[in-house]
Amino acid sequence: MSILHILETAFRGTIEEQDDTVIWTVHAMRKAGQEGSVVLQGNIVGHAVRGQDATGLQFGDHPQTNPVDLAGDMQKLMAAGVPIYVVEGDAADRGIAGADLIAGVQLIDRAGVAGLADSHDLVWHW
Amino acid sequence: MADQKTLTFVLMDAPYENARTTTALRLMHIAAKRGHEINVFAYEGAVYLPFALQKAHPNPVHGKDAEEEDHVLPREWVAEVMAEAERNGGKVDWINCGFCVDERGAHEAIEGVRRGGPPNLVAWVGESDNVLVIPTK
Amino acid sequence: MADYMLIASRDPFSTNDVPTYYALARDLKERGNTVTLFLVQNGVLPARPSAASDLLTSLSELGITVLADEFSLRERGIPANGLAPGVAAAPLDLVVDHLESGAKTLWN
Repeated sequence: MSILHILETAFRGTIEEQDDTVIWTVHAMRKAGQEGSVVLQGNIVGHAVRGQDATGLQFGDHPQTNPVDLAGDMQKLMAAGVPIYVVEGDAADRGIAGADLIAGVQLIDRAGVAGLADSHDLVWHW
Repeated sequence: MADQKTLTFVLMDAPYENARTTTALRLMHIAAKRGHEINVFAYEGAVYLPFALQKAHPNPVHGKDAEEEDHVLPREWVAEVMAEAERNGGKVDWINCGFCVDERGAHEAIEGVRRGGPPNLVAWVGESDNVLVIPTK
Repeated sequence: MADYMLIASRDPFSTNDVPTYYALARDLKERGNTVTLFLVQNGVLPARPSAASDLLTSLSELGITVLADEFSLRERGIPANGLAPGVAAAPLDLVVDHLESGAKTLWN
């Protein structure tokens, strides 16, 4: 049983949660033995961009000591055996070139999402 | 029942924020009327759907007191779905994401709600006839 | 080939993610799958003959079944007998039918 996770909602709650909650869930499910793959489409292609920096937030005397590291979390997810695909056209539309993305993500075209859907047992569109 | 299915729903929206909550409950109610086994994994704000301290209020714009307004409480609709499933030979197994409960202080839940995490969801994926994720946006 | 149920709860007037979702329905159909697009909530808005309803009609012409939730239509004052060509009103029960049968069911 394998799940294709299609993600498109970007930078939602990431500062408070200190991660992307869906990437976190996919990783937690992987640790519990669940097979799956991830597609980033729409604005969330930005989660795979190099050079993100969410450090420096501080409210009064309370700094955020563990700021979100979206790219790092995705690299850990890939290291755990979950491939991550990025819809190349969605990145290009947003001025993001392949060279701007973290190592390891795989570029696909729009029609490739349907092919991935067919090759997985379940498709979860987050 | 011969045609009983196990259907798992993953919910993410907090109550009163989006019609997705209503549609999710409508889908579960249909499944409950058919006597299916229904699993619900409530993630993020959805842990407040069965929050026991939800309270109806008057509506001064409508000019109605709390009783006349009869305001919808999602915890009551959740309980009704649970009861409907049991009446028809099914059941609702509702898990609130424990970390989500802790960070939101949503510990008081109606009867029938238990605490869990992603490993429970993985187990349900293997046991279910189908899974529908209804994400927040 | 698989049976897909794509639930669309959002509308193309609000976000460009919706045409992308329609494109997924098209791509799945072109791969030989059976595809149903079920509109619910504001997803039914383009079912009213409008600037965006051609998107739904063109999906229907590809062989995709395009349905609109009866309650969501009524809630928005959209007559079920006046929908865009290729779109039909249907009860939400149909989604549960597809879940029961094991269709790959997506929400957007």
